[in-house]
Formats: sequence, C-alpha cells, structure tokens
Amino acid sequence: MSAAAAYVTAVGRTAIGAISSVGRAGYLGLSSFRALKKVRLWGPHLLEQMGRIGVESVPIALFISTFTGIVLALQASYTFTGAVPLYFVGALVGKTMILELGPVLTGLALSGRVGANIAAEIGTMRVTEQIDALETLAYDPVAYLIVPRVLAGALMFPMVVVLADAIGVLAGLGASMALLDLSAPQFIRGVRLFFDPFDVRFSAIKAITFGITVTSVGCSFGFHTRGGAEGVGRSTTRAVVVSSMIILVLDAFWAAVLLR
Amino acid sequence: MSIELVNVHKAFGDNQVLKSFTLSIQDGSTTTIVGGSGSGKSVMLKHIVGLLRPDEGDVWVDEHNISRLDQESLFRLRRNVGYVFQFAALFDSMTIAENVGMGLRRMEDFPGEEIPDRVSECLRLVDLDGYEGHLPSELSGGQRKRAGLARAIATRPKYILYDEPTTGLDPVTTAVIDEMIVRMSEELNVTGVVISHDMTSAFRISDRVAMLYDGSVRVDGTPDEVRASDDPIVKGFIEGRPELMAVRP
Repeated sequence: MSAAAAYVTAVGRTAIGAISSVGRAGYLGLSSFRALKKVRLWGPHLLEQMGRIGVESVPIALFISTFTGIVLALQASYTFTGAVPLYFVGALVGKTMILELGPVLTGLALSGRVGANIAAEIGTMRVTEQIDALETLAYDPVAYLIVPRVLAGALMFPMVVVLADAIGVLAGLGASMALLDLSAPQFIRGVRLFFDPFDVRFSAIKAITFGITVTSVGCSFGFHTRGGAEGVGRSTTRAVVVSSMIILVLDAFWAAVLLR
Repeated sequence: MSIELVNVHKAFGDNQVLKSFTLSIQDGSTTTIVGGSGSGKSVMLKHIVGLLRPDEGDVWVDEHNISRLDQESLFRLRRNVGYVFQFAALFDSMTIAENVGMGLRRMEDFPGEEIPDRVSECLRLVDLDGYEGHLPSELSGGQRKRAGLARAIATRPKYILYDEPTTGLDPVTTAVIDEMIVRMSEELNVTGVVISHDMTSAFRISDRVAMLYDGSVRVDGTPDEVRASDDPIVKGFIEGRPELMAVRP
C-alpha cells in the first residue's frame, strides 16, 4: 500500500471511529431516556449517587471557588487602581463568580473527579464482564448504572455550583477586607450594584447541563470500554477530555442564548 | 429441543468467528463445547443468552428466537438461564450474599424475606456456607467460581451456561467444580452447556461433546463417539498432538 493510500485509510478509519462513537453515545442516550420508566432499578441508587457525585464533590468545589474569589478580588483591585471606585471590586467578583467562573471551574474540576470516576468504574465493570453479568441476571444495565448517575449529576451539579458561587463571593469579601482597603458594606454595595437574580438561575442552568454532560460522557466511555486495564485508562482520559471540551462549548452556547 | 443454534454467522470486523454454526442441545443433558483458544466458544455461548446477536442465522431457546426478541422479552427469558462467567464476574463492591441474591431481587414473585435463606442454601450447595459477608476480593479463584455458580443457580434456572469453569484451577479444585456441574444436572435437573478446552473435564461431566473448529461444529456426539473419532483434527485436539491438526482432510 502506498503512503497516500495508507494515509487515506487511516483518515477513513478515524472518521468511521468518530462517527461510530457519536452513534453509540446517541443510542445510549436514547436507551437512558427509555430506561427512565424503570424506577425500580434506578430509584434505590439515586440517593447514593447524589452523595457520591454531589456531596463528595463539595470540598474540591469550595477549595477552587475560595481561591478564585480571592484572586478575583485582588486582580480587580489591581485593575481598578485610581480609575474606578474600589467598591466595584464587589461587582466584578459577584458577576464573574456567578456567571462564569463558579460554574465553569467547578464543571471542569468535576469532569476530572466525577467523570473520570464514573468512566473508570463502569469501564472496569465492562472489562471484567460485570455488565454482562447484570444482563444475564435480567438487569437493564442502562437503568441500573447510567440513569441514577446522570440524574444525580443533573440534580447535584447546580447545588454544588451555587454553593461554590456563594463561597467564591464570600472569599472575595474576606480578601477585600483583609488585604484591600475595602469594608464589608462597600463590597456588598458593589455586589448588589449589578446583581440580578437571573444570574443565579443562569449559573444553575449551566450547571445542570454540565452535570448531565460530565456524567453521561463518563458513562458512555465507560460503557463502551474495550481492552482491559489499558482500555479503562483510555476511556477515563477520553471522558475527561471530551466532557471538558463540551463544557466549554456549552458555556459559550448558554452565553449566546441567554445573555444577549 | 431446548436450545438450538441454526446456521449462525458472527464476525468482528474482518474476523469471521462463527460460520454456519449449527448445534442442538437436548433438555436435561450436559453438553460441552470444546475447541482451541480463540475458536469462538465464548462467542457462541453469549449468543445463547442474547449478549451477542448473530449476523446471520437463528438462536432458539425454549422456542423463542433470541435474535428477534425485544429487550423486555429477552430479560424475561434470561430468568430461566444462569450464566457462570470464566472469571466469575462477581460484583466487587458487594458481598457474596448480595451477589448471590442479585437475580432473586429481580424476581417479582419471589418474596424478599426468603432471599437470605435461598442465598444460604445456594452457598451450601457450592460448599461456601459461612462466606455470606465476604467480599469477592477475599476469596480464592476457585471459591469465586463457586460463588459465581451459586449466583447462577439461585433463581433455579432451567439452563446453566458455564464459560470455562475450570480454566486456571488446580486439578483438585477442577474435580470439585466438575462434580458440582454433574450435581447441578442430577439434583436440579438443569440443562448445562459448558465451554472448555479441558478434555478430561469434558469427558467426565458431559452427556454430549461438540468440537468447535474454524467457526463451525467439527464433531458432535457422546464422549465415547468423540473419543473414537478418526478425524485427525478431533484426534489431534483430544490427544494434544498439533502435528495431526496441521493436516486438513
């Protein structure tokens, strides 16, 4: 085979592989939607997954938002020096944290923690035939494994993100009081200046879609894992990379749709 | 006829694994399918329970064509089939009792309060009583296989499919597992389909032996008939003489 033919073959194989992946993910999404009616299978696991996906993610989300809030306050103060009243630090911290950094940074961090965890767990179940075992025991693996995780992601991501938003703003307040010449009433005045309750809804809407993305991408890559431990590693990495990319695309999408 | 595979073809990419594979398995019998590694034995077994669907041909179980069943009907049919996986495939986050009880919890007509008793009974049958609270990682390979067997028989299935039940086990544990397969057939009257490349085990436990070679059935008969076969491929495999198998008549 000539070099050109080999190149065309490789490109063709990659394209077919990519289209197949999208097709498989789409079919899995459709199966998950259909499996929603099997409440007896996913219901008992929903609370457990909400704990694992949501509650256990709170520490990392708070850690990120705390330092993001501090840095935002200091950078705003550095940028505004002399030109803009200092209480605008509160406005910038509040707006940026709630509209953008709270949801996106939390989403990206959780794509690593939650998405990787799901892909590795389900991928290991696939390569050790545990998913086949579920099927032979008359369990629908989509209803049993995927639905509770995706629902838990959709329910818990917004809660974690809104909490992260609040902690980020509070961290900005703390940094302003401790490190800048700004009192709490001044900071709060800045926050309230441009605050719109819609901002929190916007943050939560983004977080719901991020939660669905991270969990469903993790489930999809895990579910279609092949090739032993190496395959599990590959699925895990791809789940994090793909869900991070989709989060950034969704971020732009929601800004274009809801902020214009 | 309880299980019948008719003219089944299955390929994975360019690799044609099953070619016109046809086999009938009688009710109440234990049939062992032998063949070399990678010959498609496990692929064939997965067709019987609908984990794989044929590219062509039909798989009949209890007069249901598996390849044409919708998902719900397939799940209902699987309640009559127990599957013992090669590496047990126990759920590693669950205890042995939870593993064995998994199938029972899916049976709407089985009272929940009777599950612990049934689990204990199944674990006793495979000599694992007292291991209810253990995790799979705390068991040896042979014990895990027996726990997999207990899980497969818990729902009192009509059929049990064994995927290489003795591979990787020492001769004593192999004999124990073989004895259990015979006991399942005699005491519980289940139809067994065993995948193996261990000829000693195959002749010990089977009513019929079939050999899978090059994607289809090379020989199918009683252990004595297979032992007496003149086919060099069959003879070479049974006697472990590759020089015979190199000649294709």
